[in-house]
Amino acid sequence: MTEMLAELLVPFSYNYMMKAMWVSALVGGVCAFLSAYLMLKGWSLMGDALGHSIVPGVAAAYILGAPFAIGAFLAGILASLGMNFVKQQTRLREDAVIGLVFTSLFALGLLMASLWPTSVSIQTIVLGNILAIADEDVVQVAIIAGISLVIMVFIWKDLMVTFFDESHARSIGLNTTLLKVIFFTLLSACTVAALQTVGACLVIAMVVTPGATAYLLTDRFGRLIVISVALGVSTSFVGAYISYFLDGATGGVIVVLQTLLFLVAFYLAPKHGLLAARRRRLAPTEAIT
Amino acid sequence: MNALIEATRIASERVPNGASISVRNLSVTYGNGFTAVHDASFELDPGSICALVGVNGSGKSTIFKAIMGFVRPSAGEVRLCGMPVDEALKKNIVAYVPQSEDVDWNFPVLVETVVMMGRYGHMNFLRMPSRADRYKVDEALERVGMSAYRDRQIGELSGGQKKRVFLARSLAQEGRIILLDEPFTGIDVKTETAIIGLLRELRASGHLMLVSTHNLGSVPDFCDRVVLLNRTVLAAGPTAGVFTQANLERAFGGVLRNFQLGGRALHDDDDTRHVTVLTDDERPLVFYGDKTRKGSDGT
Ligand SMILES: Nc1ncnc2c1ncn2[C@@H]1O[C@H](COP(=O)(O)OP(=O)(O)OP(=O)(O)O)[C@@H](O)[C@H]1O
Ligand SMILES: [Mg+2]
Repeated sequence: MTEMLAELLVPFSYNYMMKAMWVSALVGGVCAFLSAYLMLKGWSLMGDALGHSIVPGVAAAYILGAPFAIGAFLAGILASLGMNFVKQQTRLREDAVIGLVFTSLFALGLLMASLWPTSVSIQTIVLGNILAIADEDVVQVAIIAGISLVIMVFIWKDLMVTFFDESHARSIGLNTTLLKVIFFTLLSACTVAALQTVGACLVIAMVVTPGATAYLLTDRFGRLIVISVALGVSTSFVGAYISYFLDGATGGVIVVLQTLLFLVAFYLAPKHGLLAARRRRLAPTEAIT
Repeated sequence: MNALIEATRIASERVPNGASISVRNLSVTYGNGFTAVHDASFELDPGSICALVGVNGSGKSTIFKAIMGFVRPSAGEVRLCGMPVDEALKKNIVAYVPQSEDVDWNFPVLVETVVMMGRYGHMNFLRMPSRADRYKVDEALERVGMSAYRDRQIGELSGGQKKRVFLARSLAQEGRIILLDEPFTGIDVKTETAIIGLLRELRASGHLMLVSTHNLGSVPDFCDRVVLLNRTVLAAGPTAGVFTQANLERAFGGVLRNFQLGGRALHDDDDTRHVTVLTDDERPLVFYGDKTRKGSDGT
C-alpha cells in the first residue's frame, strides 16, 4: 500500500515534472478563461485556425534560434492579415477563408520542418511536449500566461458587456474596438503558450471545451468563468501528472480528461443536462414553477 | 396641446444642464456607398418624448447609430447636451434600448446582471458594485415590475419582459437621454401602456426620450414631438403641427393603408366629416374630421 503511494508521489519529486504540471495548469487556466467568451460568439474554430497558423512561425524561430513566442506571434499576425485580405478581395465565406489560410500556413510549417529536421521537431510543435520543455520556454510561457491572466481579471466584465450587447457597451463609454483587439491578442498569445503544452492540433480543445462544459452548468457568467478556469487548471495539472506514467502524450491526456468532464456535465447538469431534460419530460408539471 | 408644450418648455428651462439632442445637417453613408440619411436636422429639448417615424429603411436605426457614435457622419454632426457624442457617452448621458435582434439571447447572464450592466459606467475600473448600485438595480427592476424574474437567464423571458428588462437597465444607468428603437414591436397593450406610463414619468423628471415606432396610433397619445423621416427629415416639431394626414402620406407614400369612411356608409345623419384610418400595420391612426383620435388596437 505504502509502496503504491510512494509510486504515485514520484512525479512530485522530479523538478521537470513539477515544472510541467504548474506550467500546464497556468496555461490551462488562461485558455479556459478565454474559452468562456470564445464559444459564446461562435468563434471556436478561430482558436483552431490560430493554433495551426503559427506553426511556421515557431519553426522559423527554432531555425533562427529566436524566441519561439516572437515567431509564433508574427505568424499569427500574418495569418489574420491574410484572412482579412482574402475576405475583402473575394466573396468567399469566412469559414472557407479561415480554412484556406490556416492549412496553407500549417503546410508551410510542415515543409520547413522537413527541410531543417535537426532544428525543428515537428512532433513537438504538433503534439506539444511539456515534459521536455526547455527552461527559457518555461519563462516565455509563464510570462504570456501570467500577463494574460492579470489583464483578463481586470477586463472580464467589460468584455462580457461588449460581447453581450455592444451598443450598450458603447453607451457607457467603453472602447469596444480596443477591447476586442485586446481579446484577440490575448487569444493569439495564449494559443502560442498552449502550443507548448498540448501542441497545435489540440489547442482548439483548450479554448473551447472548459467553457462549453461550464456553459451547461450555470447561467451566471461570473460563475461560468470560475468553473471553466477550475476545469482548465485541474485537468491540465492532472493531465500532466498522469502523462508521467504514460510517458509523453500530455496534450492527449489533458484533452481526454476535459472531454470526460464535458460528458459528465452533458449527462448530469442540473438544468441543461440530458438527465434533467428527461426528468422534465416525465414530470412536465414540475417545470412550471 | 400648446399649453402642454409651453409647460414642458418652461420645465426644460428649469432643468440645469438639461438633456438635449441636436442633429445638424447629418448625412450617413455606409461602407457600401449607400447614403441612408441625407442632410437631416432636428433639435430636441429636455422633458420631452419624441417619436421617430418613417417606413422600413427610412433611416431610423441609422439615426440612432449616429447618435450612439456607431457610424461616423459623412457630413454634419450630432451633439448631446452640447457635447460631441464620444464625450457624452463617457459621461453616461445616453441610455439605449436596442432593437431585440441586436442582442445575444443565449448569453449566460441573469436578468439582474443585465440591469447591473447599466451601472458599470458609474463604477471604478474593476466594476465592483457598491450597495448604492445594488439598490438602484432593485429599484429599477421594481419600477418595470420585473423583480420576480431577476434570477432568470435573459433568454428565458417573453419579448415584452425582455423589453422591460432593458428599460430597467436604462433606468439604472440614469442617462438623461434614452433612445428606444422600436420598443413596442410584438408587445401587448398592457405592457405598452405600462412602458408609456414609465416614459411619461421620466419626461416629468426632465428626461429626453427618442422613440422609433410603427404604432402611429399611440404617437399623439404620448409623444409631444415627432420627427418624420424618409432618408431625410420631412418634418420635425410639436406633434400637433407635424403629425398631420398630409405629412404622414408624404412620409409613407403608398406604403400606408388608408381607409376613408364617411357619410351614409358610416351613419344615418348628414354629417359630412370623414373618418380616415391610417395604418402602418400596427395601431391605426384615426382622423375624424380633422381631429386625431387614439387608435383602438388595430381591431
Ligand atoms: N450596415 C449597413 N450597410 C449598408 N447599408 C445599410 C446598413 N444598415 C442599414 N443600411 C441601409 O440603410 C437604410 C436605412 O436603414 P435603417 O436600419 O436605418 O432603417 P430603419 O428606418 O431603422 O428601418 P426599420 O423600420 O426596418 O427598422 C436601409 O435602406 C438599409 O438597407
Ligand atoms: Mg430599425
